[in-house]
Amino acid sequence: MWFLVVMSICFATSAFAVSAMEELRPGFIYVGPVGDAGWTYSHDQGRVEMEKLPYVKPSTFIESVPEGAESARVINGLVRKGHNLVFTTSFGYMDATIDVAKRNKDVVFMHCSGFKTAENVGTYFGRMYEPRYLSGIVAGKMSKSNIIGYVAAFPIPEVIRGINAFTLGVQSVNPKAQVRVVWTQTWFDPGLERDAADSLLDVGADVLAMHQDAPATMQAAEAHGAYVIGYNSDMRTFAPNAFLTAPIWNWGTLYRTLAEQVHNGTWKSKQIWAGMKDGLVELAAFNPKVPAEVQALVAEKTAAIKAGTFHPFAGPIKDQTGKVVVPAGKTHTDGELLGMNYFVEGVQGTLSK
Amino acid sequence: MFEILLDATVKAGTPILFATLGAIINERAGIINLGIEGLMLVGALAGFAGTYLSGSLLVGVVLAFCATFIAGSIHALITVQLRGNQIVSGLALTMFGVGITALFGKGMVGKTIVGFERVAIPGLSKIPIIGKAFFNQDLLVYFSFLLVFLIWFFFYRTRWGLAMRSVGQNPAAADTCGFSVSKYRFLAVTVGSGFVGIGGAYLSLASTPMWIENMTAGRGWIAVALVIFASWSSPRAMFGAYLFGGITAMQLRFQAMGTNVSAHVLQMLPYIFTIIVLVISTVRLQKGGNQQPEGLGLPYDREDRK
Repeated sequence: MWFLVVMSICFATSAFAVSAMEELRPGFIYVGPVGDAGWTYSHDQGRVEMEKLPYVKPSTFIESVPEGAESARVINGLVRKGHNLVFTTSFGYMDATIDVAKRNKDVVFMHCSGFKTAENVGTYFGRMYEPRYLSGIVAGKMSKSNIIGYVAAFPIPEVIRGINAFTLGVQSVNPKAQVRVVWTQTWFDPGLERDAADSLLDVGADVLAMHQDAPATMQAAEAHGAYVIGYNSDMRTFAPNAFLTAPIWNWGTLYRTLAEQVHNGTWKSKQIWAGMKDGLVELAAFNPKVPAEVQALVAEKTAAIKAGTFHPFAGPIKDQTGKVVVPAGKTHTDGELLGMNYFVEGVQGTLSK
Repeated sequence: MFEILLDATVKAGTPILFATLGAIINERAGIINLGIEGLMLVGALAGFAGTYLSGSLLVGVVLAFCATFIAGSIHALITVQLRGNQIVSGLALTMFGVGITALFGKGMVGKTIVGFERVAIPGLSKIPIIGKAFFNQDLLVYFSFLLVFLIWFFFYRTRWGLAMRSVGQNPAAADTCGFSVSKYRFLAVTVGSGFVGIGGAYLSLASTPMWIENMTAGRGWIAVALVIFASWSSPRAMFGAYLFGGITAMQLRFQAMGTNVSAHVLQMLPYIFTIIVLVISTVRLQKGGNQQPEGLGLPYDREDRK
């Protein structure tokens, strides 16, 4: 009984609102190895960028942490070592983050790609569909066979949104082109990704895009003399000739902003879904093989997206069967985008409902 | 289309084939090796690093063999010399492989090499349908064909092969005949591990010429299962590895062709296949056609009384 009383007092005293912090000690939990050349690598670049701020003490990261309940132990470990700003960078850490946050109200948590928040837990993610659309323009312009392959991981809204945005970009410049999707059902299996990419090249695809963590698709395109659109980070070293561009993450800007807010005491829990305007997502530098007119067209669309005058998911949008999903003059809402579960016209592939 | 499918089948099946052959050598001498996944990773990293640093693919392959030979000798030491539990030691070897390659592989991430290229065998590669798939591949694929034959030849046409099989079948009897059980078992585990390593190196040198942590993505476990499917025979291992590779290649190609078969149905195929295989091998087991070495998994101690 006494124990319970002491416990509740402890909780009561620690339950004050998040206030300004003199010094920040950020900690990061990564789902993959820092050397994956993809998702985790891009987060780590952001971490290094944030560390340049004067009030940010050297940060800590723990890599290859399995998702799920087990991750709570690791997050807790970071908190106990005195970290006061914790980033958990994969969807599967969501419940563990909320759980640890409940018991550590004086620590700020930022969870990437989730949907649960608390007074000291915010979420953040990027509107990757914006640069995906732009990369689609490049692919549509560069394809001669009008078959564009897309190696995709899982049929979940995040991936489907990317495929749709990409396809809308393709179709905006090349209505005859179709995007063929092959599902691998894994985020990470270089051998299988390579095989999936090869299978698309075998049926005549001359430009590939992908939503996977390993750069195997890049190598397949390079070996076949095709073109490829990367993802996550600039992967051109794996395909110096085939690489056209890549929609990439740029976490550094967001991490610096968040650190600043926490430092000033202006941080508030919210759901951040930032786009190209905020610099969170962007298109990697072009391969010089991309013609100047295509680069100019993309630059024009980029400006329109940043200015808010153009939205990739503005109607009219038809689904695979030709049914109008978004009429002209309307735009998909954020909610609809986050739960997207259909393919737009121009995608060749199946989605089981 | 069929030609392309067959070609993809051989490419996808080869790393699994090497690993299965290596595991068969282990188990023929009576030692279960669940460290295949870890050994493949060691082989993949050693092969890639060797090629990257020396510029020669041959050096990479040799290094992959040597590195896994050494890693396998840990398993051999524990299970043969110290008569430890083979399951525990094997699992530990997998964890060890995953960890140590992550640690030492850091410097190799993002590096590029020129991988194995196709070399057509004159004449044979012109055979319709199968020619391109089997005789227009890289050198490691040809080596795997050779290895299938050599392992079969070794076990069924040589005195040492007979001795090694008897060591796995009935170590006490083999010991009585004057064969050193520990010597044969040690050799089987280390050399077998070496071939598993070449399977890993196939991934990092031929399939996707790069090093990424955990790039085997579970192929080692498929090999462990295929050993049973192949009932410890190398030609059947070839059949099993290609069947598995073929089903994966087929479902991807069905998707790429834009067939309207649900992706979920296609993705079920490998698992349906696994169940069918289990049924077939169980039936065969009941008919007494099972080839499992009798002494498999049992440590041998000369002083032991049965």
